[in-house]
Amino acid sequence: MDRFKYLGQLVNINEIKTVEHDVIVLGAGGAGLRAAIECSMQGLSTGLVCKSLLGKAHTVMAEGGVAASLGNSDDRDHWKVHFRDTMRGGKFLNNWRMAELHAKQAPDRVRELEEWGAVFDRTKTGLINQRNFGGHRYPRLAHVGDRTGLEIIRTLQDRGVHQGIEVYMECTGLDLLKDGDKIAGMVAMWRETGEFIIFRCKAVILATGGGGKAWKITSNSWEYTGDGYGMAYEAGAELMDMEFTQFHPTGMVWPPSVRGTLVTEGVRGEGGILVNSENERFMYDNIPERFAPETADTEAEAERWLDGDKGARRPPELLTRDVVARAIRREVKAGRGSPHGGAFLDIASRRSAEDIKKKLPSMYHQFKVLAELDITKEAMEVGPTLHYFMGGVRVDADSQMTRVPGLFACGECAAGVHGANRLGGNSLSDLLVCGKLAGSGAVDYIKSTATPNLNNEQVKYIIRSATNILNRESGENPYLIHEKLQDLMQSNVGIVRTDELLSEGIDGVMDLWKSFQSVKADGASQFNPGWHQAIALRNLLITSEAVARAARIREESRGAHTRVDFEGERDEWLQYNVVLSKNADGTMNAERVHREAPGKELERIANLSIEELEAEVRQERGVE
Amino acid sequence: MALRDFKIFRGDKNGGTMADYSTEVDKGMVVLDVIHRIQAEKAGDLAVRWNCKAGKCGSCSVEINGKPKLACMTRMNEYGEDETISIRPIKTFPIMKDLVADVSWNYEQNKKIIPLQPDPTKKDKKGNYIMMQEDVDRVQEFRKCIECYLCQNVCHVLRDHDKKDQFIGPRFMIRLASLEMHPLDTADRIPATKNDYGSGLCNITRCCTDVCPEHIQITDNAIIPMKERVVDRYYDPIARLFKKLFSKNNQ
Repeated sequence: MDRFKYLGQLVNINEIKTVEHDVIVLGAGGAGLRAAIECSMQGLSTGLVCKSLLGKAHTVMAEGGVAASLGNSDDRDHWKVHFRDTMRGGKFLNNWRMAELHAKQAPDRVRELEEWGAVFDRTKTGLINQRNFGGHRYPRLAHVGDRTGLEIIRTLQDRGVHQGIEVYMECTGLDLLKDGDKIAGMVAMWRETGEFIIFRCKAVILATGGGGKAWKITSNSWEYTGDGYGMAYEAGAELMDMEFTQFHPTGMVWPPSVRGTLVTEGVRGEGGILVNSENERFMYDNIPERFAPETADTEAEAERWLDGDKGARRPPELLTRDVVARAIRREVKAGRGSPHGGAFLDIASRRSAEDIKKKLPSMYHQFKVLAELDITKEAMEVGPTLHYFMGGVRVDADSQMTRVPGLFACGECAAGVHGANRLGGNSLSDLLVCGKLAGSGAVDYIKSTATPNLNNEQVKYIIRSATNILNRESGENPYLIHEKLQDLMQSNVGIVRTDELLSEGIDGVMDLWKSFQSVKADGASQFNPGWHQAIALRNLLITSEAVARAARIREESRGAHTRVDFEGERDEWLQYNVVLSKNADGTMNAERVHREAPGKELERIANLSIEELEAEVRQERGVE
Repeated sequence: MALRDFKIFRGDKNGGTMADYSTEVDKGMVVLDVIHRIQAEKAGDLAVRWNCKAGKCGSCSVEINGKPKLACMTRMNEYGEDETISIRPIKTFPIMKDLVADVSWNYEQNKKIIPLQPDPTKKDKKGNYIMMQEDVDRVQEFRKCIECYLCQNVCHVLRDHDKKDQFIGPRFMIRLASLEMHPLDTADRIPATKNDYGSGLCNITRCCTDVCPEHIQITDNAIIPMKERVVDRYYDPIARLFKKLFSKNNQ
C-alpha cells in the first residue's frame, strides 16, 4: 500500500514531488549558506532548505563580531594566540584539530567576505577594524557596529543567490533517508501548504543551529528546536558534548515578554561594566585562577587597558561567558541583584551618548523600544540567557562528516570547536570556517558515490509520523507540552546542576515523551504553527534528553557545565567526551568516550604562557 | 493586567474575515506577544511569521490599525486603553494565510541585481582591501536594511499600481545604491537601473523612508542619487555630446 491518509483524504506516495540534487544543505544561517556556496562553487547541484525566509536565520542576530587574527587592530595577533585563547576558553575540551583549523582559516574567511561585498567598520588606515571581546587576548572581532551577523548573512545570501543555489524557503526538514548505511535524501514539508517534498541526494549537510528553545529564558527564536540533532540521531549519527550549553551572561530581564533577548558582549567590549545593587563591580571578586595572571585586579588598571595601554591587563567583565554568567547568578542569589532579578550593565557612565549610538546602535534602539530605557543615560538590567550549544553532532574535524556516510554537520549544529565554553565572536568564525570545510567534505565524498536509491517505506514512515498529529481525534496540546519542557529544562538543567536535579529532569523528559505520543494539532495543514510546533517537539525532546543525560554523566564542573555536587574541573574528565546515540531498542545510549590525544605541537602552544607565546610570535616574525 | 480587544485577519488567498479576540495584556508587551498569546490560548493555527523578536530580522511585518509596522517592535502602550487593535497582513503581496504574506517576489528581484565586482588593485601588499570609514559610511547605512519589505509594501508603484514587472522597489534601490557607491566596485549598473530596475517610476513620495524601521534615508540618500546618475548618463545634453565625441563604446 503506497497510500496514506492525510486530512481525511488518501494520498498516493508516488504523487509526492521528488527533487534531485547532489547535496542538500539544511539550514540557511551562516554555516548552511557558506557550505552551500562551497558546494555550488565546486560544481555541485546544491539545494538549500530552510524553515524561515532566506536571510532571517539566527546568524542575523549575532551582534558583536567575527573573531579572526587579522592583526589589524593589534599587530601582535597570530593564529596561535587565537588558538590558545579558544582552547583556554573551552577549558581544553575542544577538538584540538578543529580549534587549529578554525584559528588558522578564520582570517581568510573574513577577507573573502569583503571580496563578496561585506563592508566592515574600518581602522584609521582603512583596514577592517577589530574590537575587544571576552576571552580574546587582543582586539580580534571584525565587526559592523553591533549588527555583524546581518552583514554576514546578507553577504552570503547575495553571493549564494548569484551562484545558482536552489533555495527552498519556509520548508521544514522532517527526517533523513538512507540507502543501506549511506545518506540517500530527506523528506521535508512546505510550511505554507503542508505538502511534502522528497529530496534525493548523495549528501546532506546539517546546519540547523542549536536547540535553545527547550529552555524558557533563551536568546533563541522558535527555529531553534534541535532539528539537526534529532535528525542526525535518528539516522544513526552521534551527539557529543551536549552538556555544554552556554548561558550568555547578558540577556534582557525586563519586561517579561523580552526576557532572554540578547544584549551584546560588545557593550562590555566597549567599556561597559557590571555592578550589583550595592554599586560594586563584583567581577573583581570572581576572577578564576587560570585567568588571574591576564586580568586586571584594580579598576585603575582596567581603565588603562580601555584607554589602549598594551601593558595593562583586561577588565574582569571580559572574562569568559561561563564565569560572568555564574557571577551574576551569585549576586542575584545573595540578594544583591537589580529590581527585576539581574545585574546592572552600565555603559552610560563610561562612554559619551554619541559613542554609544555609533558603536551600539541596535542596543540603543532595542532598549529604547522594548524596555523604554535610554542606555546612554541609564544602566541596563541583564541576566543569564540560554544562548548557544557548544555540543552537537559528532563530526570528523577535516571533513565535518558524521559516522553516517554522506551526512555532514557544521556551525552550532556540530560539536568540537568550542569544547566546554565558546568565546564570543568564535561562532561567526566557526560557521564560516566549518561551513566551507563541510562543503568541501561533501564535494570529496560525492566524487566516489553512486546515486542512492530511495526507500518508500522510510518515506511513508516519516510522513505518517507527521500526519498522525493532525489525524488524531484528540490529544495533548503541543504548546502545553512545549511549555512544560521549557519549565523543566529551566529549573532542572540550568546554569547550576546536581545529580538530583538532573535525574528529575530526565524523568520529566521521559514523561513528556509519553505525552508526545498523543500530541494533537488542530486545524488544517496550511501554515499551521500548532502542527509545526508538534513536529519540532520530537527534536526538542531528543535534544533535551541528550543534554540532561550527558550533564548527569559528567561529574565535574567545566566551562558552561556546573555541577554543585562536583565542584571544579577534574583532570580525569579531561580525557573524555560524553557521546550519545540511539540504541537498537530505541532508547538513548550515553557513554564516556576517550578523546584523541592532541598533537604535540598544538599541546605545546596551548600550554605556553602568554609571554612565552608572544615572544615566540615576535621571533617568528623577525625571522620572516 | 487588562483585557483588550483585537481584530485579526483570518483567511488565505481566497479571502477571509477579521476575527475578534480578546486577551489579557501585561505591562511591556508588544503586538507580537499578543498574537502569540492568542495563538497559544485560542487559535493554535493562527499563522504569523517571526524570528528574532528584537527588530533585527524583519520577519514580522504586518499592518496594525492600518500602519505598516514590525509587530515585535510595536508596544501595546502606543495605543489607547479602550482602542481595538486590528492586525492585517501587508497588503502589497499575496496572502498565504492569516498574517503571512508571500514575499517571494522580492527574492526574485534580488537575483536581477548585478553583484559587486571589486577592484583588485585596491588591495595592499598583504592582500587586504583598503577602504576609509568615511567612504563606507553611506554604504553601511544602506546595509542596515533588515529586508522587512515595509518599504516595498507602501511603495505606490507596487501597492497601488502593481507595477511589479517594471520596478524593483525601494528595498532594491538601496541595494543598488549600496553597490554603486561601494568604494571597491567596478561594475556599471546605470543602464540596468534605467531599463530593467525601473528607477524612473518612483515619484519620490517618501512613503518608503517614513516606514523604514532602520531609519534609512531611502529616498534622499539612495533613490534620488540613483535617479541623478541615470539622468546624468542619459539626459544631460552636454554629457551626451561629450560622450559622443570622445567615447567609442558609449551609445
